[in-house]
Amino acid sequence: MNALASSPPESPRPNATKAWGDYQIEVVVGYLLRYGVMISASIVFCGACIYISRHAHEPANYSIFRGEPSAYRTVPGIVQGALHSRGRGLIQLGLLCLIATPIARVAFAVVGFALERDRLYVVFTAIVLVVLLYSLIGSGLKF
Amino acid sequence: MTILTFTVAVAIVSFVAGLLGSLTGLGGGVVLVPLLTVFFHVDIRYAIGASLVSVIATSSGAAAAYVKEGFSNIRIGMFLEIATTVGALLGAYLAIWMPTATIAIVFGVMLVYSAYIARRPRPPELRNLPPDPLATRLRLNGSFPDLSGERVYNVQNVPAGFSLMFGAGALSGLLGIGSGAVKVLAMDQAMKIPFKVSTTTSNFMIGVTAAASAGVYLSRGYVDPGLVMPVMLGVLAGSLVGSGILVKAETKSLRLVFSVVILVLGLQMLFKGIWGRI
Repeated sequence: MNALASSPPESPRPNATKAWGDYQIEVVVGYLLRYGVMISASIVFCGACIYISRHAHEPANYSIFRGEPSAYRTVPGIVQGALHSRGRGLIQLGLLCLIATPIARVAFAVVGFALERDRLYVVFTAIVLVVLLYSLIGSGLKF
Repeated sequence: MTILTFTVAVAIVSFVAGLLGSLTGLGGGVVLVPLLTVFFHVDIRYAIGASLVSVIATSSGAAAAYVKEGFSNIRIGMFLEIATTVGALLGAYLAIWMPTATIAIVFGVMLVYSAYIARRPRPPELRNLPPDPLATRLRLNGSFPDLSGERVYNVQNVPAGFSLMFGAGALSGLLGIGSGAVKVLAMDQAMKIPFKVSTTTSNFMIGVTAAASAGVYLSRGYVDPGLVMPVMLGVLAGSLVGSGILVKAETKSLRLVFSVVILVLGLQMLFKGIWGRI
């Protein structure tokens, strides 16, 4: 990082004096994202250990596209697989958490802008949230 | 190849891609799909699914570090995400319908363009632009800490930037990449946002954009746990290591090497697409 990065995080932002400014939202959201990624990566790693220990010597073949079975592409399927501590089910659960992380970030921004009483940006972030939820739920992912 | 050797090999390649991507600022995701398809003979649909998921990991993982620098503009990010997420959703549906050879050709063009953008000297930044009425109404203008104190900037050409962002989102959804090169075009060139603000804001947006198409990819069975696992963990580890170490002197030559790699991979994807060997 450059010299600027080593300056204290409380940089003199114009709205840093407000109780709920853009900068405060950003900081909380930044940590939310980092922890989300760390938790997802840990779940994926646990699943990887189980998966490798059980299937290490089977042949790997990804040259033909078959599409995943429903156990790896629907939320109940993924949760079921993870509960039975199946390696690949656990990996998919971690990936689901990963996809949910930026969605949580947008949801948090809606709340943040509402606290700032910024109606225009509550609407903007809500639109983004609806698109994201539609993609995850409405696009064929069955619950 | 057994699953064990495949997993280890893919993890190492992904680690290097993530490391180089974060050191050069060009992003590792863009080389993953060609590497997986050309060297590991992975079907392009599985490769795109894996790349897309790892893009979310690197973008979100780096976010906390970027925020502290105080450069990113959450309003610009959120406003433009309306365009990128709708575009990404469209791109993901397009990917399901489009023949893989066509996807490979689009990918090749995108890689060649990224290599060109990386080599082109950056035009000088225009300062003290007059405020644009639409940008002012949307409260997009902002300021960031500069060496000489707080620097104020005024965002320009909002409709052009918004449309370009829609295209960036569609490419991201279609190819499973962060499409940083197009985002730079929209924010630097069209909207005249200062470079530091545009790069950090664009990094922030990449994760949200990718999440918009990831849902579609997951439900259509493009996300294979056995393949995504080494890619995602490798790229994430590589980019975290890359953002931790500082090799200022080497960055220039690294950027040159990496952009040549991107160019070669781009041409390879183009030829594979044109001759239908994908």
